[in-house]
Amino acid sequence: MTTRRLHPAHALRARDVRVSFAGSEVVAGVDLDLRAGEWLGLIGPNGSGKSTFLRSLVRLVPRTGTVERGDGTPPGPTDLSLMPQSPELPPGMPVVEYVLLGRTAHLGWLSMESRADRRIATDVLRRLGLASFASRPVRSLSGGEAQRVVIARALVQQSPVLLLDEPTSALDVGHQVEVLELVDELRREDGLTVVAAMHDLGMAARYADRLLLLERGAPVALGTPEDVLEDTLLSRVYHHPVHVHRLDGHLVVLPQARAPHTPVSAPTPLPARNTTEVS
Amino acid sequence: MTTRTHAPADALDEAAERAFRLSVPALLGCTALLLLAILASATQGAAGLPVEGVVRALVGALPGVELTQTLSTAQEAVLWQIRLPRTILAALVGASLAMAGAGYQGVFRNPLADPYLLGVSAGAGLGAVLALGFGLDLAWGPIAALPMAAFIGAVLAVTGSVLVARGSFRDPATLLLAGVAMAALFSATQTYALTRLDETRAREVLSWLFGRLATHGWGPVTLLLPYVLLAGAVLWLHARHLDVLRLGDDEARSLGLSPARSRLVVVGAATLITAAAVSVSGLIAFVGLVTPHLVRLLVGHSYRLIVPLSAILGAAFLATVDIGARTLVAPAELPVGVITAFVGAPFFCVVLWRRKADS
Repeated sequence: MTTRRLHPAHALRARDVRVSFAGSEVVAGVDLDLRAGEWLGLIGPNGSGKSTFLRSLVRLVPRTGTVERGDGTPPGPTDLSLMPQSPELPPGMPVVEYVLLGRTAHLGWLSMESRADRRIATDVLRRLGLASFASRPVRSLSGGEAQRVVIARALVQQSPVLLLDEPTSALDVGHQVEVLELVDELRREDGLTVVAAMHDLGMAARYADRLLLLERGAPVALGTPEDVLEDTLLSRVYHHPVHVHRLDGHLVVLPQARAPHTPVSAPTPLPARNTTEVS
Repeated sequence: MTTRTHAPADALDEAAERAFRLSVPALLGCTALLLLAILASATQGAAGLPVEGVVRALVGALPGVELTQTLSTAQEAVLWQIRLPRTILAALVGASLAMAGAGYQGVFRNPLADPYLLGVSAGAGLGAVLALGFGLDLAWGPIAALPMAAFIGAVLAVTGSVLVARGSFRDPATLLLAGVAMAALFSATQTYALTRLDETRAREVLSWLFGRLATHGWGPVTLLLPYVLLAGAVLWLHARHLDVLRLGDDEARSLGLSPARSRLVVVGAATLITAAAVSVSGLIAFVGLVTPHLVRLLVGHSYRLIVPLSAILGAAFLATVDIGARTLVAPAELPVGVITAFVGAPFFCVVLWRRKADS
């Protein structure tokens, strides 16, 4: 894999991006200036439009507004690669074929993968420590392994901007860190720009340079994690009181329990029912 | 195609080299099977032909090969005018249906898809019933009316399905449902027309509906061959698209493929090839459904293997099965579609049963 230098074309600019479904606005005017090589965390409650915003950037949903690369041209599939939240793992497809499909955008309508395309795939597989998995069916992988394979496919796409939709939602805490560290390493070494929708605010604060907080599709805060993760703002957007703590230099967001948990002490009798006699 | 000048560095390189590629042993094995099937079909029948004589005749027909022929003049005539045209027709129809089945399964991402999915069978059936029913079963200049009517009916039914789905190849589910509706409409019309026919004609239509490969000379073969070559090439060249579509439409699009455009091309080619096959052979069940599954079971799940190998195995399967159609109840003939279903359905059940047991 060739090492990339930071290039203005790796940056991305979005102006007034809007997405509507059946008359209601799901993404309501997002402006964004992504610097080349930065990690932007997209945060916000369920239904705040994080996924839809990412999908609208690669035109999986119709949008209005403009999205352009740093040099002013519209981005294509070789500029943005999206890692979906729950990627489809086709039955009977070995890892190496799955990863090779990432070259699709570089192939013509009727052309096939060249030796160079295969080379790129093997290089990425080696780099991510997946060499021994090459012939394994993708369906047979564990969650963490599968996520690495999906990242490998995105890297083979060789686009400078990586869009991640909840990359760690199905993983345990160890694998979460493993995947995010991997993405961060790729960002630093290859100069990739990362936009990641994330649920875990602590993880988002740890890895992202900046956070964009969405509420019902509209941006309500954009800035460093220290600026955005703030008690009153989060409590309002998430409709629940939360407290942001600093622990060993990391930001930790703790929700306040609604009421103290009380275990059921005595068995409650079941309500009487009409019973029919079975003969 | 896969001549290697140096040994691959390690297992990973080898796996990458093999990815999406047709392996030579698989290709040779399937081709050998097809040649065997053609030989068997050419020698078996009402008048048995000696295997050696047939091999000599076939090999001797290759350009630049001189062999002493051992067949009598009568046997030569049987081979070249009756047996071989029928064998080759069976092989071409089998290849068409199997390739079209693979194409439909890929495009709809549905293992149950078969070439008759969008109403081809019902449309062709209606066309045939109308042609026969209204006495158009005469050769009309160089064009036989029945295949023409069946072809037009098939293409109309699929076009209807596509129009009902508002021409959208984006949403395969809607297209499938439109196909179901269109097939129901055409079948009902066909059944109604059938009840209005006298008994002889009705029987003729029914025997056509169950598939028949009876031919007189090479006419149907030359009719079908261009479609098989053209649509087959289109399907094979788009097999890579079908592999991308296995990831789902969203991912295919974010990888830079237009699922709608690929689907339009593949459905178009598969429909043409099916309509052409149906028009010369009637409705032959199960070949299009089962053959791609057989390839998946034996070789792999990539459509770049499934499309070409289905063509070869589908050809071998139908050529073999047709021997039974000609000989089992000789001197009468069984509709070949009955035998394909008889062989195909239990085989399919075994495949499903074993797959269930594996998982």
